[in-house]
Amino acid sequence: MDIKILLIIAIYSILIQNFVLTRFLGLCPFLGVSQKISSAVGMGMAVIFVMSLASAITWAVYTYFLDPSTSILGFFFSEETLPNLTFLRTIAFILVIASLVQFIEMVLQKKVPTLYRALGIYLPLITTNCAILGAAVLNIDGFSAIGLDGKLTCIQSVVQGFSAGVGFLLMLILMSGIREKLELESIPESLKGVPIAFIMAGLMAIAFMGFSGLSI
Amino acid sequence: MKRSLVQEFTKGFIDENPIARLVLGLCPALAVTTSLINGIGMGIAATFVLVCSNTIVSMIKGVVPKKIRIPIFIVVIATFVTIVEMVMAGFAPVLYKALGIYVPLIVVNCIILGRAEAFASKNSVGRSILDGLGMGVGFTMILAVIGSIREILGDGKILGFPLFGPDFEPVLIMILPPGAFFVIGILLGIFKWSDLRQEKKKLQSIVH
Repeated sequence: MDIKILLIIAIYSILIQNFVLTRFLGLCPFLGVSQKISSAVGMGMAVIFVMSLASAITWAVYTYFLDPSTSILGFFFSEETLPNLTFLRTIAFILVIASLVQFIEMVLQKKVPTLYRALGIYLPLITTNCAILGAAVLNIDGFSAIGLDGKLTCIQSVVQGFSAGVGFLLMLILMSGIREKLELESIPESLKGVPIAFIMAGLMAIAFMGFSGLSI
Repeated sequence: MKRSLVQEFTKGFIDENPIARLVLGLCPALAVTTSLINGIGMGIAATFVLVCSNTIVSMIKGVVPKKIRIPIFIVVIATFVTIVEMVMAGFAPVLYKALGIYVPLIVVNCIILGRAEAFASKNSVGRSILDGLGMGVGFTMILAVIGSIREILGDGKILGFPLFGPDFEPVLIMILPPGAFFVIGILLGIFKWSDLRQEKKKLQSIVH
């Protein structure tokens, strides 16, 4: 049962509710870094990495600090005075993500310089990538479409973050492949660049709608 | 050359429109514009955050150390987003439900951090408020345009009132995600087309 629900979450986040095509999250890097396949892969890998980690950490912050029913602050406050801090979710998450990205950057630079050189320039861009914050918020809100009302468990959150990143990487690779071909085509002058990329994304979204028929 | 105050306000409408010219803040522009009312709701929420954060950022610009200015700006923005979130959940629960996760995601809307960094941290409070208002109105206008195109074509209604007779068959794809991509792609294409035309006219007037 446990494994099955994890698989369902993965398929749901990669194909059925792809972050880029049906939730419109992470569109800026989707358009900005999809010119060449090599940079698309670098960006996608960085997003997978940060999104999995951020899912775990924001989940822990929410569960152990903000949510009064499971908060460790219960040690310091009595039950009546325990503050309900869930309204601080947005502020807490964005701070956690921003410092996490900074921290990962420093650790990689020191410990794994090869990986740092590969991901280097993409890491700082990720802080303001709405896909990361979106994944964190979705983990808390839950996925009622696949029968997961309310907050996900820690493992489910990490799987969700990871597969949302995989879905993002998949879209980046597909899009950069198409855009490399588009360079050679004759397109009306006013549609060149971003406009035609959007229309391509629309066509891809139609194709991906086919997955919404999957019964899981 | 310094802009006049009126120009400071109106530049966000067309000349520096955040979506059409700068291609910033696309996520909400596409995700919530399934109807006109959702588009306007999101526009107003973002405008409020934009004006407030511009005000605070330009007030504190003298005391913020340069190295940690971005985290500080983000905290200021996140505070106002939280206010919007709570007010909306309390007074407009239907809209809050329709906009869903895109309300907290106003924090990472590039327009807001972009204006704080590029404008408010260098200009006076008055100018920053005007800039925020103008940019917000420009953003809301584009959201309203996309929202009404999608609602008219995809639902045959505007603000919930049916426009066409009962024989009208709605183009369902327009209120689904692909429709959003098509509408914004074509809109950006039209903007670029008018730019190219004006450039051509300018060139011709120089030649003659």
